[in-house]
Amino acid sequence: MTTENVPGRANDDLADTARRRFVSSLAAVTAVPGLILQTVAEAARPADQPVTDKVRWGLLIDTTKCNDGCDACVTACDKEHNLEGFGRPTTDAQWIRTLTAKDKRTGRVVTLPMMCQHCEHPPCVDVCPTGASFRRVDGIVLVDKHICIGCRYCMMACPYKARSFIHEAIQDQKTYAPRGKGTVESCTMCVHKVDRGDNTTACAEACDREGHQAILFGDLYDPDSEISRRIRERGATQIRADLRLNTGVRYQGI
Amino acid sequence: MRALVVRTRLAAGAVLLTLLWVIPFLASAGGRVPLPEVPAVPAEKGTQCVEDTEVMRRNHMEFLLHQRDETMHQGIRTKKYSLKECIACHVNPTEGGGYPEYGSEAHFCSSCHTYAAVNIDCFQCHNDEPEAE
Repeated sequence: MTTENVPGRANDDLADTARRRFVSSLAAVTAVPGLILQTVAEAARPADQPVTDKVRWGLLIDTTKCNDGCDACVTACDKEHNLEGFGRPTTDAQWIRTLTAKDKRTGRVVTLPMMCQHCEHPPCVDVCPTGASFRRVDGIVLVDKHICIGCRYCMMACPYKARSFIHEAIQDQKTYAPRGKGTVESCTMCVHKVDRGDNTTACAEACDREGHQAILFGDLYDPDSEISRRIRERGATQIRADLRLNTGVRYQGI
Repeated sequence: MRALVVRTRLAAGAVLLTLLWVIPFLASAGGRVPLPEVPAVPAEKGTQCVEDTEVMRRNHMEFLLHQRDETMHQGIRTKKYSLKECIACHVNPTEGGGYPEYGSEAHFCSSCHTYAAVNIDCFQCHNDEPEAE
């Protein structure tokens, strides 16, 4: 198991992780004044203020707490965004899914939720010909469906198979989650909840309700946040870390 | 003699000009071009839109477009020019119960868009009725 460094600031060159570790250890020493500034900056962004890159939203998934056979996070996501299917599992929209992975050498089986990893360097954004696929400065990767032409390059480019294409006309969308035929979509990290200041996602809430607490939402830049603290203490892995995408979704216990 | 001819010509010109100016008004007053019946907003939801009616009629699409980009890319979620708020006020249950769909004359947006032959695709993605409370 490889332990990954603390997720870095925008445009970090991942090659010089050693320098970054040194810098972050310095940051830890001077954490107290930084911490106060951070809490002031984060205190419930007013609705008329744009998002800033002072925060980076992320998820931490503790796979040791994720139960095989439980799909509470998937159901909650479907309900939250009204992702009703058409009974066609190969093409129906799926923002989050559960995966079971087995280590062939040891026979160890891990269950985990898989969704958009909200990369710092997202391949979906690189390939998008219209600029519809974009990364919001607070780290959430989204599709601007107003300018999405439905070419599906991003679906090809995503190493996590996180995106879905809407093949059929849709009614009864949630007002905060518009969805329509001919566009691509994926996990929005519950951006409507984040903007509202809920400080959680539908999947994380559902996981808590089930009593598993395997999904944690938080600010990866805030050294005092629960998510940063847990990553600092136990480390966390990126899936396909070799691609150097610096994902916003981190996993423990894989 | 010459002065008289000029005067008659002037008078004829004045009559002609007056007629040209008045005819369109007569035509529309006679109802040859009927105006669309825009569904009214119930009084309890307020009597004044976010801008004057004339401004809204001409510029609502600009407001919506601007708001759309700010909301999508910068997470600015003010209510003033939000489509969600337009729908919340302007789309109301019909007498038969239930909300009208976009495309029917009873829907606020399509009542005018049909009249003006405007084709929009907002409601391919956005819900055309208010959120259930």
